[in-house]
Amino acid sequence: MSQIPVELVKLLIALVAIAAFVGLNGLVLVYLERKVAGHIQRRPGPFEVGPHGLLQPLADAVKLIGKQLFTPKNADGFLFWLAPIISFLPALLLFVPIPFGPVATGMEMNLGLLLILAFSGLNVLALCLAGWGSNNKYGVLGAARAVAQSVAYEIPLLLAVLAIAFQTGSLNLSEIVQGQGGWPWQWNAMVQPLAFIIYFVSALGETNRAPFDLPEAESELTAGFHTEYSGMGFGLFFLAEYANMIVVCSVAVALFLGGWHGPFFDGSWWFLAKVYVLLLIMIWLRWTFPRVRFDQLLNINWKWLMPLALLNLLITAFVTKLS
Amino acid sequence: MTAIKKIWENVSGLWSLIVGLRITGKNFMDKQITLHYPRETVSKSQLEGFRGPLELVGKPKDPGSPKCIACMMCVSACPSNCLTVVKAKAPVLTEEELQAMKDAEARGEKVTKPKAPKEPIKFIYDFTLCSLCGSCVENCAVNSLRYSSNVYLASTDRNDFKMDLLARLATQAQAKTPPTEPENSTRED
Repeated sequence: MSQIPVELVKLLIALVAIAAFVGLNGLVLVYLERKVAGHIQRRPGPFEVGPHGLLQPLADAVKLIGKQLFTPKNADGFLFWLAPIISFLPALLLFVPIPFGPVATGMEMNLGLLLILAFSGLNVLALCLAGWGSNNKYGVLGAARAVAQSVAYEIPLLLAVLAIAFQTGSLNLSEIVQGQGGWPWQWNAMVQPLAFIIYFVSALGETNRAPFDLPEAESELTAGFHTEYSGMGFGLFFLAEYANMIVVCSVAVALFLGGWHGPFFDGSWWFLAKVYVLLLIMIWLRWTFPRVRFDQLLNINWKWLMPLALLNLLITAFVTKLS
Repeated sequence: MTAIKKIWENVSGLWSLIVGLRITGKNFMDKQITLHYPRETVSKSQLEGFRGPLELVGKPKDPGSPKCIACMMCVSACPSNCLTVVKAKAPVLTEEELQAMKDAEARGEKVTKPKAPKEPIKFIYDFTLCSLCGSCVENCAVNSLRYSSNVYLASTDRNDFKMDLLARLATQAQAKTPPTEPENSTRED
């Protein structure tokens, strides 16, 4: 027993908790997404399974799990089934350095932010493999779009995050949270509103959320990179998308919105509440805006977000150097 | 100058995004407009503007026969050829009647042959083809066509959607006796 380091046990517990959290959140977000979509379109949304359709996501999950896993003819079977796993597993890892509360952090690390940014890049690889492995032209097109989009949107995202890192002088998420106060005017978003907006828009692009959901645009590409996936193959991509949404929102809360600090008292509930507010805004955006065209998507990134992010970073560097 | 203009365009576009969010936000807060169908049914006011399969409008004095004058405007306006209207033919005269007419003509009297009555003897409407565009309703010279408000239309046989509108009008008129307010399933335009 004495050989097993405490840190490892803590990490294991954290990973199990994270897996449970991601699974549960997947269910909650599917329900939330459908309900919000329903109410925006002034219909009830899921209503028949359980009270107010509460058991609907569970029924969906059972259906997804029960479906046959089908590999298309002449597809690269190994890559085809590796892709959803590569997409999903790093998503779990991304939660490890996120400070959900003063104590509730999977693992304190000085390079937490870097770890998240590095491993979130793996998702692109997964989408690329999925598209390529499917032996399907829609899949390949979706994958190509995913790569172009994710590579493009990663840059302003990094620049926005870097501005915060410059300002606080740390890549440790817990430290960045500690640098902020409980009240909204003590948040980093107040000092860096531009960085926050750029981060949020890029995060939408990174997580392939509408209006930037071009890799899987069903009207143009049937379903893009996951055209050929059935059952839990699709389910894992789906879960990974929701997990990534929570990660980007959590990072946004930690970096910009004061993390687990709140007015009067601190705690994890503040963190979760802020994360869910951001998630709700993401869902709201999805059901409000039409999908952009691909050239528009890249134009927004290269012509607007990038220059603005660079400008913001330069000003931040200048101001931090002076003070 | 054009660069400033372009930037301004984008900034005002940004504002339009906020306007869009406000609209969906308002809809989110609003009451639902759909019904939980098997538990609730649609009320009359909710059917305002609903386009159900076509039906004929009866004459005010004789609700069993349509206002239609078989002018075929609806048939020629229909883009999907879902209407079949057959005009009533002139009555066939018997030998004696023909003879009587000839005699009258010989006597120098003015004789008018009986004309075809201005009414359809057949009015078939194929709802499987209809796109409910309303061209027929708009083009009807005597306002004899309208949308019904039949919401609960279902069948397992496509032939059920080939409707004989004359028969439908007759049964509607029968059901309506004694004549009172317009029937629930129909709507006055």
